[in-house]
Amino acid sequence: MTVDHVSKAFRLPHQQYHTLKERALHPFRSSTYDILQAVDDVNVEIADGEFFGIIGRNGSGKSTLLKCMAGIYDIDDGRLEVRGRLSPFIELGVGFNMDLTARDNVMINAIMLGLTRKQARERFDEIIAFAELEDFLDLRLKNYSSGMTVRLAFSVAIQVDAEVLLIDEVLAVGDANFQQKCFDEFQRLKKAGRTILFVTHDMSAIERFCDRAMLLEKGKMLALGEPTAIARRYNELNFGRTIHGRAPETALDAQDRQREAAIVDAWFENAAGERIPAIACGEQCRACVEAHFNAPLVDPIFGVTIRNDVGATIFATTTDLEFGPTGSFAAGQTVVIRLEFANWMCPSRYNLTPSIARHGMGADAIDIREDIASLVVHSGHFTGGVVNLPHTFELLR
Amino acid sequence: MTPVVSEPAGRRHAPSAVGGDLRRFWNLTFTLASTDFRMTYFGSALGYLWSLMQPLMYFSVLYVVFTKIFKVQTNPPVKHYAVYMLTGIILWTFFLQTTSTSVQCLLAREGLLRKMRFPRLVVPLAVALTALFQLGMNFIAVIIFALVSGVRPTVSWLELPVLVILMAILAVGTGMILSCLYIRYRDIAPIWGVAAQILFYGSPVIYTAAKYPPGAVRIALCNPIAAINAQMEHAFVDPTAHSAARVIGGAGRLAIPLGIIFGIFALGLWFFHREAPRIAENL
Repeated sequence: MTVDHVSKAFRLPHQQYHTLKERALHPFRSSTYDILQAVDDVNVEIADGEFFGIIGRNGSGKSTLLKCMAGIYDIDDGRLEVRGRLSPFIELGVGFNMDLTARDNVMINAIMLGLTRKQARERFDEIIAFAELEDFLDLRLKNYSSGMTVRLAFSVAIQVDAEVLLIDEVLAVGDANFQQKCFDEFQRLKKAGRTILFVTHDMSAIERFCDRAMLLEKGKMLALGEPTAIARRYNELNFGRTIHGRAPETALDAQDRQREAAIVDAWFENAAGERIPAIACGEQCRACVEAHFNAPLVDPIFGVTIRNDVGATIFATTTDLEFGPTGSFAAGQTVVIRLEFANWMCPSRYNLTPSIARHGMGADAIDIREDIASLVVHSGHFTGGVVNLPHTFELLR
Repeated sequence: MTPVVSEPAGRRHAPSAVGGDLRRFWNLTFTLASTDFRMTYFGSALGYLWSLMQPLMYFSVLYVVFTKIFKVQTNPPVKHYAVYMLTGIILWTFFLQTTSTSVQCLLAREGLLRKMRFPRLVVPLAVALTALFQLGMNFIAVIIFALVSGVRPTVSWLELPVLVILMAILAVGTGMILSCLYIRYRDIAPIWGVAAQILFYGSPVIYTAAKYPPGAVRIALCNPIAAINAQMEHAFVDPTAHSAARVIGGAGRLAIPLGIIFGIFALGLWFFHREAPRIAENL
């Protein structure tokens, strides 16, 4: 498939709809509109048999690009060439009629996919068996759960014998068991040498299946290449924008001045010492805490607790356990405590809770700030656990 | 497994009106039409009767008004007036159903148009096919009614399918134009509602072609629906009534209504073909 400098713009008229009456009353008034450049000079060559991912934030033009490729939208500029038969759908369940039974819908959908009536009948049992919906054949689709509907739609869709498949956000629903079946089916299609283009927000799917991926932003192609790197770029783009920790409490308030020591700021940084809102799994990471002393103190204990977004403690440590005595501090002094660790946490959001306690058992807290900094971890394989320990498999027989 | 599916994508990759794969085109049209047909009438057990109700009720009202109050069946007397009027109304219902559903048909299929690659002409054609199924069902009732009323079957009944085909070509042509116009101008729906009313009363449906004043009849018969109904009266209801050719003043003059039918169809096809690549995004 060749995508050669393809551009696509939409006109967004300022009036909702035009009417003939208006045209007759104001024949010379030209209608005003904004131009939205949905796809801007995208250029890519996709090889036969390639599994290609398209990612981007909402409104980045990825679905528009897919629709252009699918021949649903006309393009303004450039050239699109598709070798081989193209699947007609870009989404699952297109043309499903909620008032008809699953039986009827399967037949209709199969015909829309390009099967003949005879072929549709022949494959009917296979489709239903794959969807595991034998018991619900004569139920109207409006009584189906969304997961069941998707299962049915997916089962029909894979019957298509197209050489090029275009898929927009497939795996949003469906239970874990069925998702696994879909993944297996993807692998089978991949082995069968189908070319698959795939729009998704699911980075683990991108990393798992795609040979290459493309990152779109505002219609432009930001990056193209190896899926893991592209997924990382996407996460940086996504999280880099929104989160910058909680507002740092730089000014000491009255309460803080009464304390012997106060935590004034906390943040995460990368190995280069730059403050970061997000980091990839597996990289070196630092949790930093800035503390101000209002009174002289000897050997206070600094603590760092990292919790995930459901509040489970993932990691907690103190200077007492690993660093030893911290020494003495004078009133008015400001220090930074830095904890460097290899980030083996699984993709999620994590919050940092720093604390300062008096010398002793660490129970006599001087200051503790719950969740004052946050970090999003991305790009790891989501294994279902909370950490992604460095690991290797061995099989001994 | 035999390879199936969609036309090979050409260099110009945009959606087209007809596409390259005629078998798929037909399969899709038929599927959409038959699904719609079933959805409308066969949800209930009395579906078929219900589907007859609307034209029959319409017929009854008009029949009472025009025979008891206006007495159009006399002067000149019309043979089998009720049969003529019912047939006319059923034909008109087909035309009206096709055209008025066509107006918003693209919007109604927005989900498909935006998510699926398929020849765009399938949509208005499926509308016409649904109406054609309906017409077929209605004609069973018409034939029974005609036989009961004492109309004798003749060989010229075989002209009826030809007249229906002409009517269908006209309806599809109009439907294509209306569906494209609706994308640009949203007030086409009420405008067509009024226009259809004018066309209905301007055409010999509740009256016969013989009612036209002698000076105006040749012009009135240029209206394709008038010509079709005039011929229908001659071929189906009453062989002694004048044929369309005779009413318009010579077979050669029938070229005018026929020209209008095929002209509208060609115009519709051209317009639809031109609009097809951008239908999905302009909706």
